[in-house]
Amino acid sequence: MTALLGLLRKEAYHILRDRRTLAVIVWMPIVQVIIFGYAIRTDVDHVRLAIVDPVPDEDTIALRGRFGATDTFQIIAVTPRVSTLEELFSSGAAQGAVVFEAGFADHVARGLPARVMLVTDATEPNTGSMVQNYALAVVQRYEAELQTRRPGGVRIVPEVRTAFNPTRASSNLFVPGLMAFVLTIISSLMTAISLTREKETGTMEALLVSPLRPWQIIVGKVTPYLAVGFVSVIGVVLEARLVFHVPLRGSMTLLLGEGLLFILVSLSLGILVSARTSSQRVAMMAALVGTMLPTMLLSGFIFPVESMPWPLRAASVVVPAKWFVTVARGIMLKGIGLRYLWRETLVLAAMALVLLTLSTRSFKARLE
Amino acid sequence: MSDAVVVRDVVKRFGSTTALAGLSFSVRDGELFGFIGPDGAGKTTLFRIMATLLVPDGGTVTVLGRNVVAELWTLRTRVGYMAGRFSLYSDLSVEENLRFFASVFGTTLEREYEQIAPIYTQLEPFKDRRAGALSGGMKQKLALCCALVHQPEILFLDEPTTGVDAVSRREFWDLLGRFKASGLTTIVSTPYMDEAKRCDRVALIDRGRLLAVDSPAAITSSFGRPLLAVRADDRYAALKALRRYPNTASVYPFGEALHFTDARPALAAADVARDVTGFLEAGGLGNVTVEPTAPTVEDSFMLRMGAPEGDEKGRAQAE
Amino acid sequence: MNDELVIEAHDLTRRFGDFTAVDRISFDVRAGEVFGFLGANGAGKTTAIRMLTGLLAPSGGQASVAGHDVYTESEAIKRDIGYMSQRFSLYEDLTVSENIRLYGGIYDLTDREIRGRTDRLLTRLGLQHIARSLVRSIPLGWRQKLAFSVALLHEPAIVFLDEPTSGVDPITRRQFWELIYEAASAGTTVFVTTHYMDEAEYCDRVSIMTAGAIGAMGTPGDLKKQFGVESVEDVFVKLARPGDARVPGSAAP
Repeated sequence: MTALLGLLRKEAYHILRDRRTLAVIVWMPIVQVIIFGYAIRTDVDHVRLAIVDPVPDEDTIALRGRFGATDTFQIIAVTPRVSTLEELFSSGAAQGAVVFEAGFADHVARGLPARVMLVTDATEPNTGSMVQNYALAVVQRYEAELQTRRPGGVRIVPEVRTAFNPTRASSNLFVPGLMAFVLTIISSLMTAISLTREKETGTMEALLVSPLRPWQIIVGKVTPYLAVGFVSVIGVVLEARLVFHVPLRGSMTLLLGEGLLFILVSLSLGILVSARTSSQRVAMMAALVGTMLPTMLLSGFIFPVESMPWPLRAASVVVPAKWFVTVARGIMLKGIGLRYLWRETLVLAAMALVLLTLSTRSFKARLE
Repeated sequence: MSDAVVVRDVVKRFGSTTALAGLSFSVRDGELFGFIGPDGAGKTTLFRIMATLLVPDGGTVTVLGRNVVAELWTLRTRVGYMAGRFSLYSDLSVEENLRFFASVFGTTLEREYEQIAPIYTQLEPFKDRRAGALSGGMKQKLALCCALVHQPEILFLDEPTTGVDAVSRREFWDLLGRFKASGLTTIVSTPYMDEAKRCDRVALIDRGRLLAVDSPAAITSSFGRPLLAVRADDRYAALKALRRYPNTASVYPFGEALHFTDARPALAAADVARDVTGFLEAGGLGNVTVEPTAPTVEDSFMLRMGAPEGDEKGRAQAE
Repeated sequence: MNDELVIEAHDLTRRFGDFTAVDRISFDVRAGEVFGFLGANGAGKTTAIRMLTGLLAPSGGQASVAGHDVYTESEAIKRDIGYMSQRFSLYEDLTVSENIRLYGGIYDLTDREIRGRTDRLLTRLGLQHIARSLVRSIPLGWRQKLAFSVALLHEPAIVFLDEPTSGVDPITRRQFWELIYEAASAGTTVFVTTHYMDEAEYCDRVSIMTAGAIGAMGTPGDLKKQFGVESVEDVFVKLARPGDARVPGSAAP
């Protein structure tokens, strides 16, 4: 028994005295509770709503007012033409739309079914259904209000549509995020491990003492993972299309190009992470915490960034995966191109440039 | 004859530890020069500085006439270096390792075959074997090959014989001798004191300081006092007895015998022998023989190194 | 040293698939002896030691350690032996006393016994002032001496030492061997492997393994006479390369 107690005591010492493990044990749960607590919010607010009102009348204006009065919705455009919706949705300016029929008030007054169409951008995993439900609620409340004033004979008929993801298959939503995740693993994690493995086995010393310049070593180490990442993008897309029937409405070339950009960003992160350590274990943990965790939580992969409090939303801006997920979703599900995605592409390109420069500089020609 | 390596007052610290405390020495062209010292002496740190992998905190280091800090890229094409651990790719074959290192230096295995033939002919039968599956001795030979493949002008070998069996060690030094004959300056570090005699000159290094720099013969002949080998039936009893003997300066096991130095350094060997024999026999030990013996490099090292870290004596000295 | 046998091995064998790591070795070790177990890496030394310390079951042959059969009583063996290896000795992030207390507990010593023996151990080595220091922060030479003493804490009949003096300076190495002599003269049998051939001379008897079998065994003096050489290292060289020791490439890689 003393032997067992002795062993337990020893293990306690190991945990308490290893600062890194302690940090993980103590801080990780706290941080995760905070992040998850805020990230998993099923309520949405400030949903960007577009209104299509061909012939504004008292009821449409009143109903529009109801939408505008809520915290949930934020009216970003009012337009008479349905055709403008495509642009608004493609650019991401609108997350939902309310489309009134002409002669809405007239139908209401005459007790005929008054139609209103509620459209949501279903490329956001949770927002889609939430927005729908809230919108429906607003409409139904208005209908009930009208009923009390004009009993019997008020019927508002909402039609629910989704843009871009009619089947709302969850695979459609996850695949772009999954792509980012897989690429992060290959590019960041594997690069970090590969570099620190050379340091651990001592072969890095042999490379450093040779005439090879740091950039040559980095390019040599990193290019295979670039190639592997590239092949994975193709692989994931093929699998998504063939097995899960996820659409690819936009350009495959553009997707691969953006993928390449994202891979470069992730590779640089992997190099940076491994620059300061020669232990594979530490590099792995740093890559996990520094790249994969943010990708999981803050890229919009699973949890919509829009619903998070502003500190987390601000943090997500520096998560490369966030930008790539938007791009991938846009290309695959919305079928849009650079015209709408130029901003995200620019951000990714800037990140790639900055990080590649930083990581090359961090890789020294000597052992310290 | 010019100097291949010139080191002046080199200092290197890691945090609060001083690895090298101001060393100075030179290595001549074509010399086979050895650094002899235990773990923690600073050998690896010194070699890494000379091979342009670390920057010293103080002092200057010049290799082949060039400053190691300022002219590292020029030096890297001319220097051959073998790191302390096995630093080759375990999952590549013997031949693949060689081809890789040849390519990194801008040459090919075919072009350099003649140069490395003395070693490579021993490895060739196993050229397709994964480096990780080789025996210790063969790994060291492969590492030497990879360090030589680009025809360096100077070779730094950090503990190439550590952890390798006695036979392979001898073979390794034989190989070094062959390359020295062709004029290559070679600097080797080793913890094995008996390997000192295979060098032209050696530097004894301990805890960041040089204890001596000279040819092995000169070092042993400058021992400065008689050294006696004591034998008796019960070696441990003799050892304990001599530790109680008032005239003992040092007594340590050495192979079959005990090596003894007297606290009266001016006393002639024959007199010391007589005193010690008398003392031991009076203590009841049988078959006592005490004879002068030639000091080895190890004896010299032990004499000069002072007390090991933290010894009673050492602590007393430090206080 | 008396004539009681604490280790007996007869045709001890261990195979790994097709490969025979230890090929029918036979030897005895007497109580209080310092027995040196030499051989190149890959010759089968480590496998043999593992079988004797109850870590590995043999494929064939018999052996008994401290009177216990290696096949059926490996747990009893572990209680009666001490072990110190080059790869690992003490936990670096524990203090010296914590390490001693841990091992004392593992070997079922009472708290009072542990306290008493800790005091004696540290006093003998002159290391009382570092009892509460982390092992990580003390010099290598001290660590090795400590590890040896800890291996002896539960007063085993036999202690197995695997390359215990690698890397330290020559004086510390000899101080370590004095500890070995002290233990042996108190009756503990010491079974030690080493790379340093001059240390082989310190042993009462040595055995040299090559390619899984014992090539030579005896006192250092007898072996040197038998092979007509001056040192145990030369015996080793002759065994490993029966012909001219300087012919390269003639042995297995």
